[in-house]
Formats: sequence, structure tokens, C-alpha cells
Amino acid sequence: MWNETMIRMLLNGLCDTFYMTLVSTFFGYVIGLPLGIALTLTDSGGIMPNKGVYRILDVFINITRSIPFLILLILVMPLTKMIAGKTYGSTATIVPLTLAAAPLIGRMVESSLKEVGHGVIEAALSMGAKTETIVFKVLISEARTSLLVGATIVLGTVLGYSAMAGVIGGGGLGDIAIRFGYYRYETGVMLVTLLLIVAAVQLMQGAGMLAAKILDHRKQA
Amino acid sequence: METTSIEIQHLYKTYSSQNSQVKALRDVSLSIPEHEIFGVIGLSGAGKSTLVRCMNLLERPDSGKVILGGQDLLALNKKQLRLCRQKIGMIFQHFNLLEQLNVLANVCFPLEIRGIPARRRKEKAMDLLQKVGLADKAKAYPSQLSGGQKQRVAIARVLANDPGILLCDEATSALDPETTKTILDLLKTIHNTMGITIVIITHEMAVVRDICTKVAVLDDGAVQECGNVAEVFHAPKSKAARRLLLMGDKEE
Repeated sequence: MWNETMIRMLLNGLCDTFYMTLVSTFFGYVIGLPLGIALTLTDSGGIMPNKGVYRILDVFINITRSIPFLILLILVMPLTKMIAGKTYGSTATIVPLTLAAAPLIGRMVESSLKEVGHGVIEAALSMGAKTETIVFKVLISEARTSLLVGATIVLGTVLGYSAMAGVIGGGGLGDIAIRFGYYRYETGVMLVTLLLIVAAVQLMQGAGMLAAKILDHRKQA
Repeated sequence: METTSIEIQHLYKTYSSQNSQVKALRDVSLSIPEHEIFGVIGLSGAGKSTLVRCMNLLERPDSGKVILGGQDLLALNKKQLRLCRQKIGMIFQHFNLLEQLNVLANVCFPLEIRGIPARRRKEKAMDLLQKVGLADKAKAYPSQLSGGQKQRVAIARVLANDPGILLCDEATSALDPETTKTILDLLKTIHNTMGITIVIITHEMAVVRDICTKVAVLDDGAVQECGNVAEVFHAPKSKAARRLLLMGDKEE
């Protein structure tokens, strides 16, 4: 059974998994980053405190975060079909993955940005900085290490979710593991896919942590 | 217009939490003329930090007036206030440098905020680092500097916008006496060469004695007495001033 077709299928699965994970995380940040920034600014200790806006965003994130991914996957199928044209395959899976990643990313970004000391923000305000300058040049720049560590965690989580989508034919390694390992009792194939998933997570984890370390100037070189 | 004199009129500020109210400022009025080095001394909790934060509206008073160089700060809109703040420098107890940027980039930051082109930013920043004696540390990161050096960077940074007023919020409180002395000397030099008005917030008698010409004693959110440093120190009229003097003597 370890012929060329099988190996090619596994490699394709690996590529599909990376494709889904990276693209969904990217779109997740397109939604989640502004969300996290908005949460940071509008919270009571932020520079534009607004109880109403914060409360709405906060509740919205809590609700979306509490939907189990497998259920979200099924719940948003009509939307997935509208956007991607079908509900199976790796491209279609990007839709629910993005929706699951965005609120998680919002929270991660919020907690990273809130680590930036109030003193630095106060200093920037005392220099007459605009809000956008504070967001990009102070908050995001100062929190870069924490943001990268957060992104690494998000990637791992999204990769895990992408494997879950295999249940409904979502493509990628998870899909292969379910089709061969579960439906055909080919434990060998399942174990190999598992190894590949572990390796993929390790790779992203290692790369993310390395980038975070290189970009951190807070510790003595 | 140069904003160099400070006029504080009947300032009130109360912080409310769920079941308590703290009156941080109670009817504070101060008049600080141009080119003065003015000290505000008090124990922690006296309202000093709130008072200095009202001078650039990092804190908004509940009532009263803050007039800088004839300009009523509370009457300004957001944009005007931002522009005005660029002429009011502030340095802090914990320096508040951007930890992820090197020294040069930190000094460039206020110039970047003002939209000065990159090359002129660098020239000016290097010039200022020269002035504070840290030109050789331009490429270093704040984590590689000592406390005194960090405060020098903060001073270079604050001078980048050619402020008319410099607010110092416990600027030497995290430093040892020796380093405090060098920072105060630097502030004196800046005062002599640039003639800016300096407001020094501190709980240390020695700092006021060393550098200030006038001093206000703040206690429990109110000015207890105000006058020339020599007079207040020789013949303190208020209880708060006497207590601070006694504590200062013990430290020395």
C-alpha cells in the first residue's frame, strides 16, 4: 500500500493542511486584529474607553468562542456554500476556519496589547501622539513578541481545527486520517498522517518562537 | 506663541470608585512664571502626580482652569490639545522608553509624531544624544542601559520637540543619590541654555533644595504653602512642610 499514489496523497494532504491553516489564520487576523485593537482601546483602562462598544464586542466574542468547532462547521454550511461554492474540500473549509479563528485571535491580540505598560502610552500621549500612532508605533510594536507567540498558538489551534473538518470531507491530513484510519481500518496510514500533523505543528511552533525571540529587544543581547 | 508660564486656578479632581471617593485635588491654585524651576513637594498620595497630569491634561480636572502661556487648555479641541502637548515635555519616574526601539529611534519618536522627515529626525536626535552625553549609545536598546542613562535618553527625547515647559514627575525617584545629582545637573544646564520652565514633582527635599527656586507644598490634595525655597525651608509655616523637612533631615 505504500506506493507512489499513497505518498503523493499524503504530501498533497500536508500541503492542503498548510494551505487551510495559513490562509484561514491570515483572514482570521484581518478580522481579529482590528477586533483586538478595538477591545484594547475601548476597555475601561484604554485610551478611548467606551463601555457600550466594549460590552458588545466582548459578548460577541464570548458567544462565537463558545460554539464548538464541529458545530460551527455545520452551522455555517450555507454561508460556506455562498462564498466557496461548495461545502467540502480545503478551500471551502477556510470559511468556517476563519470564523472560528477570528474571535480567538481577537482575544489573543487583546491580551497581548494589554501587556504594554500604561507608562509608555502615557509618554506617547504627552508627546501629542494620535491614536493610530499609539496603536501601531506603541501598542503593536511594543507587544510584538507577545503577538507572535499568540500567532503561533493560533496556528496550532487552527491546524487542529482543520483536521477536525476532515469529518465532513474538509481536505488535508485530517480528512485522510478519517477516511483511511476510521473508515478503512488502515491504522498505518492514520499513524503516518498523525506524525505529519505533529511535525507540522512542531515546525510552526519552532518558527514562531524563533521569530519572537529574534524580534525581542527587551532582554540584553 | 510660546507656552511657558503656567497658571492653575481652583483645580478640583475626585476619583470615585464603587464605594469610596478620593479627593486628589481640592482647590489648587498655582502661578508659575516663565523660566522658573518650580518644585511641587509632598508625600505619596498628596496629589502631586494628579496635579502634574492636569498640566498637560493627561488627567482632566473636574473643575478649574489650566492656562499655559495664556492658552486655556480645557478650551482646546482634541487636535489643538495634541499640538499643544508637543510643546509640553514630560519625563517620568520609570522613564517610559519604548523597549523595542533603540535609543536613537526613541529620541526620533516625538519628531516622527510631528511628521519631520527621517533624515532631519536622525540629525536632530544625534545632536540631542550628544547633549546628554549618550551619542555612543545610539544603537543600544533601553534594556542595556542603566537607570540614569535611561533618564538621559528620556530627556533627549523630550527636548526633541523644543518644549517651552518640562514637567518632571518624580524623575529622579528611581535613581540613587549620585545619579540623581547628575540628572539634576543636566536639567540645570538645559534650563540655563534653553530657558524653559521646569516643574519638578518630588517627595525628596534634597531635590527641591538643589534645583528649585520656588516650591509649593502639597498635602491632602491642597497647597499648604508656597514660596521661595529658602523661605519655606527656613521658616516653614505649615505642618506639612515641617513634617517633610523633618523627614528630609533624617534621610541626610
